[in-house]
Amino acid sequence: MTTLTPILSRNWDRPDSFTIDGYRATGGYEALRRALTMDPDSIVDLVKQSGLRGRGGAGFPTGMKWGFLPKDNPNPRYLVVNADESEPGTCKDIPLMLANPHVLVEGVAIAAYAIRSQQAFIYVRGEVVHVVRRLRQAVADAYEAGLLGKDVLGSGFDLDVVVHSGAGAYICGEETALLDSLEGYRGQPRLKPPFPAVAGLYASPTVVNNVESIASVPGIVANGAEWFTSMGTEKSAGFGFFSLSGHVTNPGQYEAPLGITLRELLDMAGGIREGHRLKFWTPGGSSTPIFTEEHLDTPLDFESVGAAGSMLGTRALQIFDETTCVVRAVGRWIAFYAHESCGKCTPCREGNFWMVQVLDRLERGEGTEADIDKLLQICDNLLGRSFCALGDGATSPVMSSIKHFRQEYVDHFEKGGCPFDHSRSTLWADRPTTEEGGNR
Amino acid sequence: MSESNENNPVEIPEVFTDEVVARLEQDAKEIVSRYPKPRSALLPLLHLVQSEEGHVSAEGMRFCADQLGITLAEVKAVATFYTMYRRDPGGDYQVGVCTNTLCAVMGGDEIFSALKEHLDLANGETTGDGKVTLEHVECNAACDFAPVVMVNWEFFDNQTPATAKQLVDDLRLGADVAPTRGPASLCTWKQASRVLAGFDDGRAGEGVQAAGPSLAGLRIADRNGWTAPDPNNLPTRPDQGEEGAK
Ligand SMILES: Cc1cc2nc3c(=O)[nH]c(=O)nc-3n(C[C@H](O)[C@H](O)[C@H](O)COP(=O)(O)O)c2cc1C
Ligand code: SF4
Ligand code: FES
Repeated sequence: MTTLTPILSRNWDRPDSFTIDGYRATGGYEALRRALTMDPDSIVDLVKQSGLRGRGGAGFPTGMKWGFLPKDNPNPRYLVVNADESEPGTCKDIPLMLANPHVLVEGVAIAAYAIRSQQAFIYVRGEVVHVVRRLRQAVADAYEAGLLGKDVLGSGFDLDVVVHSGAGAYICGEETALLDSLEGYRGQPRLKPPFPAVAGLYASPTVVNNVESIASVPGIVANGAEWFTSMGTEKSAGFGFFSLSGHVTNPGQYEAPLGITLRELLDMAGGIREGHRLKFWTPGGSSTPIFTEEHLDTPLDFESVGAAGSMLGTRALQIFDETTCVVRAVGRWIAFYAHESCGKCTPCREGNFWMVQVLDRLERGEGTEADIDKLLQICDNLLGRSFCALGDGATSPVMSSIKHFRQEYVDHFEKGGCPFDHSRSTLWADRPTTEEGGNR
Repeated sequence: MSESNENNPVEIPEVFTDEVVARLEQDAKEIVSRYPKPRSALLPLLHLVQSEEGHVSAEGMRFCADQLGITLAEVKAVATFYTMYRRDPGGDYQVGVCTNTLCAVMGGDEIFSALKEHLDLANGETTGDGKVTLEHVECNAACDFAPVVMVNWEFFDNQTPATAKQLVDDLRLGADVAPTRGPASLCTWKQASRVLAGFDDGRAGEGVQAAGPSLAGLRIADRNGWTAPDPNNLPTRPDQGEEGAK
């Protein structure tokens, strides 16, 4: 049986977990102290040995990414933390930064030292004002304590950290769009290559990493690569947040080794809400093909989820029971992609616009069999043909839902409307009615 | 210069007086100084002018352009790309109901309809008293607290139509309202915009560190005595041999 491994969330039950004192009381900033005695390259090696893979969705090996920075480029190097967290379902970085911003700040200091950068940015989505407050306070307190700024802990290493708020655009989570946004432009993806490692922020060598990736680094430095690889699987080492949401008895953050299964997580979380059963779920956010009951025992690691036809993504497990209309769910996701498409390339800009029209029609019961094929056709023009992964991601819910639930699309037009009672899906559906509306 | 919008005839006072510009220039200097290249300051500068005016007007954009030595058209191209910049005046409290799939299914749609009816507003409209602007928003990284309502980008978790109606009533009455995870009381839209521009309001220490679902896994681990591996006594990984496979 797999058990939970609270590491980043270990101190979250302390009311002062977000303060520098609260963090230090649980060993915070000791890893930085140790890192500063090490050769920067040996920290990169350590992170390579740990097998840490990016926690922002794509799973690229973090140490390898750091190793890509060219040695001969005279420009300054930058570290950029991707705290844009906007992929539907993904809800791990925000509570982490609210409860323990210092573990991120410590990770930033270690990572910047390792890649020989003296300027880091934390690009946080703007729609979370209290997280911005906490991050800024954490950075200010770290400066005050000599953990950032000139001559960090007397080591001779200088580091400046800027907390930068975005302004509402999912696409700015894509790393090159993020860099454009951070440079003060519209957030539109750049052609790769060159990759950010070679020409990133201000065309200088840049590392972009997810919040959870960077926050995992202090633990690796403190406890060693073997500690990290003692969790997870051979190719998906370590731990991560599994974020359960939706029709589950106890939704929330479950920090566990990669490779845990949804069945195990549901056991811990009290199962699907009482009286209902699992219908479909996303393993890693809305851009990852949906799974069904059939995948309850799929180990949630990069390889196994991939082999089963989806992606581990951000481990955002959105769980829907039998009261949920899959056509409605997918239609809403596609409305999101259409809204968030940056408009740079035609397949995504047009494809998502048209998918919204077709899905609306189908949901209202006015579609036809040809509409289902039309959706698959549009997906065919999107997948692999769009400029960035936003376009690819949009095809995931559409194609996977048609694969698993084609009949439900058909039911809509055969019955001339949605066969589901949406009120049965709500949080309060099974609560006793107490008063007018009954919705306390 | 103030423009009035045909659909939304609001008197716009002259905001960018010389005195205001002088003050904002100080702030702008501080923002620009944080970055290796000035243009990086554009998003925070737009948050700054929004904190002054409540939205981003042509004058506000002109101010940003002047600070950075770029054209108004360049600023406009950026300001219109990002959804958080209001193009028209709005209320003191922006009430955003998450209607992305997970929240919608969990009741966000019902909450949004209830508020539209209760306030007699369509998406994006503001109450006559200038207090509440209602809109639906995309996933706000709080799905484990669904359905979620954001007010001035602070979390109001696990809402229902009844609690959401109470919330907007309280906002309109000027009652003290505290987010579920956020400061001890709500600040206004303009104040929130100033925080986003990078000016602290001294409230980082208020509010909970974590709540409910954020602690779900930790509580179960505590109850079962589960911890991360001890680095001085490492277990064998389950896929690495017999002893580990327990
Ligand atoms: C549309 C889109 C949105 C993304 N949003 C995020 C995000 O919010 N946070 C994040 O860390 N990565 C996001 N990514 C992935 C980033 O492009 C990038 O892979 C990641 O930040 C790298 O960090 P990691 O290697 O530590 O995972 C997004 C990608 C795409 C295509
Ligand atoms: S796929 Fe969509 S988001 Fe990505 S570049 Fe093309 S239009 Fe923009
Ligand atoms: S879907 Fe509403 S917060 Fe994620």
